[in-house]
Amino acid sequence: MDRFVFLTVDGLARGAVLAVFALALVLIWRAARIVNFAQGAMAVATAYAAASITDATGSYWLGFAGALAGGLLLGVAVERGVMRLVHAGNQLSPVIVALGLVLLIQAVLGMIYGNEYRPIGAPVGRTAYVVGGVPTVSPFDLFVFGTVAALVGLLALLFTRTDLGLKMRAAAFAPEVSRLLGVNVAGMLTVGWALASAAGTLAALLSIPTGLGLHPTAMDLVFVSAFTAAIIGGLDSPPGAVIGGLGVGLLLSYVTGYLGGELASVAVTTLLVVVLLVRPDGLIATTKARRA
Amino acid sequence: MTRRWIIYAATALALYALATTLEPFRAYQLATAAAYFCAAAGLTVLTGLSGQLSLGHGAFMAIGAYTVALTQNGLADAGATGAWLLGISLLAAVLVNVVAGAVIGLAGARLHGPYLAGATLAIAVAVPSVPVIFRESLGGEQGLPVYAEPAPVDVPYERWQAWIAVTGALIVAAGLANLLRSRYGRELRAVRDDEVAARLAGVPVARVRVQAFVVSAAGAGLGGGLLAFLAQSVSPGAFPLTLSLFLLMAIVIGGLGSLAGAAWGAALLVVLPDLAHEITASLSLSPATEQRLAGNLPLAIFGLVLIVTMIVAPGGVQGALTRVVRRRRTTAPPS
Repeated sequence: MDRFVFLTVDGLARGAVLAVFALALVLIWRAARIVNFAQGAMAVATAYAAASITDATGSYWLGFAGALAGGLLLGVAVERGVMRLVHAGNQLSPVIVALGLVLLIQAVLGMIYGNEYRPIGAPVGRTAYVVGGVPTVSPFDLFVFGTVAALVGLLALLFTRTDLGLKMRAAAFAPEVSRLLGVNVAGMLTVGWALASAAGTLAALLSIPTGLGLHPTAMDLVFVSAFTAAIIGGLDSPPGAVIGGLGVGLLLSYVTGYLGGELASVAVTTLLVVVLLVRPDGLIATTKARRA
Repeated sequence: MTRRWIIYAATALALYALATTLEPFRAYQLATAAAYFCAAAGLTVLTGLSGQLSLGHGAFMAIGAYTVALTQNGLADAGATGAWLLGISLLAAVLVNVVAGAVIGLAGARLHGPYLAGATLAIAVAVPSVPVIFRESLGGEQGLPVYAEPAPVDVPYERWQAWIAVTGALIVAAGLANLLRSRYGRELRAVRDDEVAARLAGVPVARVRVQAFVVSAAGAGLGGGLLAFLAQSVSPGAFPLTLSLFLLMAIVIGGLGSLAGAAWGAALLVVLPDLAHEITASLSLSPATEQRLAGNLPLAIFGLVLIVTMIVAPGGVQGALTRVVRRRRTTAPPS
């Protein structure tokens, strides 16, 4: 029972981070029809920035805020500086460019900081509260849940209740018509990239303290799991990303806890293949018109 | 027809002569490039011609490599000797991959774009952990040694390896070149360019897709098997996720959709790390800086080349070459 509670809490915390990361992927996919394979590397870059700021100032929160700001800027830079220049029409080109960005960012980080694992601080402790003899959540888990809930709530508000959110949805849904109606479509795309990149940064700041530490490739596995989660949920659906993220997080936690860590990736792959065999466009997918 | 065979024979002779004159280290590099070419050519069929994006070709290479390891060691334990054993093992690697490709292709034929990419990515991550799960028979993280016969002729072993690998690459190149010029090749391109139109024209889209997976997996299996023969060992660490991504990048930089592009890409995969290493060595830096640059500079260069290629010359090396040749032909004065 102790073990089950521990694994469930751990799985939900892991899943919450995956959900944020998957949401970031969904944001860009909906806006630009691009899967941002560089998301993980971009998030790690900003996490290094957070660590540097915290080292220099001694304040975790300054580093946290700096990293989020850096995430926004990096998203803008990648969209304006690289992705916008890629020739549209071939769905492979953005994927390859993003993979190139991954190599470049990771290599540059390795040159600046070295390829060793660096510890990264957490704002609150990671020892679990004991309720009735059973260890339950840790302050850090609560921090993760709180931050993720706040982010998801803010994004939902942004997209359903504000003009900016409406414009972003319009620009993604019907670019030509939106442009005619006076929406700055290119600008909305940049905003989408900036938001997604900042969300990725948040996921990195929440997940790296629970892993081995800061490393240029620290987010690679998180990226793969989150991408899997986004696909399971359906790439077009933000609620799907959250459901997929929590599901994959729980599965990873249970399999690692009860069956052994080496089975974790096989289990996630099996889940993905089974879901895709039943629903080729993910769990939450709108019905497409029949084409032939 | 005859012209094509003359080209094959000339290429074979040139590569044979090259492998004979090269010093052992360079011969080994040639052999590695040949092994990469087999896998890259397979990926070209799948991604470049049938339009299915696979991020998991390293997994097929791993399956091929482990098949060669198990067959070679099994045959050696059974007391069989002779140079032909390697041929059997490589054939086994291709056959096992044909089955694996059919299974994954059947599952993947319904998936599109990023969904297929995600599924193959997950497979590429999962396959290296299989040897760890079946530790007894597949050797865990340390992997397995691959039994290899001594070369039947008296040459440096690397040269023997280069001959074998280049022969494999030539078989793949000739086979695929013929396949792509056939009715099947046209069906592949039709499916890639417009699925609906292809279906209306009577092309069995799903079958063509699965067959592309099979052909592509066979190439990757041979490439992986050759790598196992070259390294004389297999381990999960030799087939990381980055290998799959590198293969994809190689065919894109080389020029997507042509076998020549796959050859350029395979050569780049071998030459680029070597080149970057020589650059760092020639800069005479402090040992600490040099150590930091050593592993990272090749990756940075590769990443930068990739981004710039995609933005400036989306056709890759082969595309740029074709353009230059065409321009020459059109601007040349009539003779």
